[in-house]
Amino acid sequence: MSTSTVTRAEVCAVACAEIFRGAGEIMASPMSPTPTVGARLARLTFEPDLLISDGEALFLAETPALGGKAPVEGWIPFGRVFDVVASGRRHVVMGANQIDRHGNQNLSAFGPLQRPKRQMFGVRGAPGNTINHPTSYFVPRHTTRVFTDRVDIVSGIGYDKVDSTNPAFRFHHLHRVVTNLGVFDFGGPDHTLRALSLHPGVTAEDVAANTSFEVADLATAETTRWPTEEELRLIRTVLDPKGLREKEVSA
Amino acid sequence: MRDKRISLEEAVSGLRSGMTIGIGGWGSRRKPLAFVRAILRSDVTDLTVVTYGGADLGLLCSAGKVRKAYYGFVSLDSAPFYDPWFAAARTGGEIVAREMDEGMVKCGLQAAAARLPFLPIRAGLGSDVVNFWDGELRTVQSPYPDAEGRTETLIAMPALNLDAAFVHLDLGDKHGNAAYTGVDPYMDDLFCLAAERRYLSVDRVVETEELVKAVPQQAIILNRMMVDGVVEAPGGAHFTFSGSYGRDERFQRHYVAAAATPESWAEFKARYLDVSEAEYQSAVRTFAEERTQL
Repeated sequence: MSTSTVTRAEVCAVACAEIFRGAGEIMASPMSPTPTVGARLARLTFEPDLLISDGEALFLAETPALGGKAPVEGWIPFGRVFDVVASGRRHVVMGANQIDRHGNQNLSAFGPLQRPKRQMFGVRGAPGNTINHPTSYFVPRHTTRVFTDRVDIVSGIGYDKVDSTNPAFRFHHLHRVVTNLGVFDFGGPDHTLRALSLHPGVTAEDVAANTSFEVADLATAETTRWPTEEELRLIRTVLDPKGLREKEVSA
Repeated sequence: MRDKRISLEEAVSGLRSGMTIGIGGWGSRRKPLAFVRAILRSDVTDLTVVTYGGADLGLLCSAGKVRKAYYGFVSLDSAPFYDPWFAAARTGGEIVAREMDEGMVKCGLQAAAARLPFLPIRAGLGSDVVNFWDGELRTVQSPYPDAEGRTETLIAMPALNLDAAFVHLDLGDKHGNAAYTGVDPYMDDLFCLAAERRYLSVDRVVETEELVKAVPQQAIILNRMMVDGVVEAPGGAHFTFSGSYGRDERFQRHYVAAAATPESWAEFKARYLDVSEAEYQSAVRTFAEERTQL
């Protein structure tokens, strides 16, 4: 398998797999195609003990392609997902309509709370996810509209919302933000967005031009690693033979 | 044992304007839409609705029947995902939103089911959920300090007490024992436990003996203490799915497209909503046949 034709979506899939490195025996809950490829790739390579579901109510014993079927190992209806959330044994990768530099996220609506300009899903499980267990974000199109100074509605809570005097906040952890441009975390000054790596071909200027606020360590960020040949084989022939990742990620 | 079989109209006649109703199912999954259609045909309005929202909430908003909504999300579960009528009610400022984390809905129903004023939950802290509730949502401090002497302050999720609950299951008997046959019970048992009056629709009413033979015992999520009225409503979850049929994706897209203009909605309403449930089911069959011929 040639690495010379690796796509941006494939680099993203591997970066999403890396989100789960060291996660152990927890439920991986990716919410869109590329992070799903990533979670399954991690499970087929370095994190075999991850639990994955069909997105509906079944835990899968094996690791199928996107949309594919696999033998089942357990039952996880929605009501029980809330038990897992409260237990902390989960790492979710959500999408985001907006993210600010402290990691506040919005997928609810744009505009005022009681009279929005545009309605999306509502807060969904974002408040419970972010306060209970590791949370990462995947943004397939990194723009200043997403990476904004201030989110309209805080669905997923950022580091500046953490009350350090209240131990109820002690499980809050935003692990990674993977976008079509790079890999980030909140390890900048005062838990602000920091560049860990930029994808091959992406410059610091590209990221700066598409982010409303200053990104820490942008000049010194490394280059995101290439997929290995084995990872490429798994992505292309086992996990996503239909190439759904390419529809999600814009280069 | 009481025979609780009633009609959709009889079930809805117990409703009064201003009531708080819970609607079972989840998003576009096993929603009691035959009941929702019956509510649309009634003059009941000014409702407070508690739901994991889908087109149930959308349809009620289309008729201006919702004053206030308590929900974890509103989703059609397939493209275009956002319900057009809920969106219109929100952007028009027509409803008071008590938006919350999905887990808080379950928590609030559990509190009501156990006749407790609140249950503590971590979800919601630090987020705009608190601001959505305009002071209705408070916190509670643990009386038990941790090892370092610190105490946790948590969200005190209030009981979501319901005047009435509406749920749809696949199979039930005339007394209110009922089962789901798909992969997920959702929160339908909790909706019934949280409510004063509990209305169940099922695709098929069978004898108790047949019910218990048809499913594993664990699937019988409602017992007689949890149900006041049973309606046999074949296709009662349409266009969401039930255990015995899938979601009608084409019809759901048709619903969304119809909401785009007053003219297209008037047409949709005349054909599918200003009619009896039997006429709705017949019109839906015709719709499917027309689309197959295209």
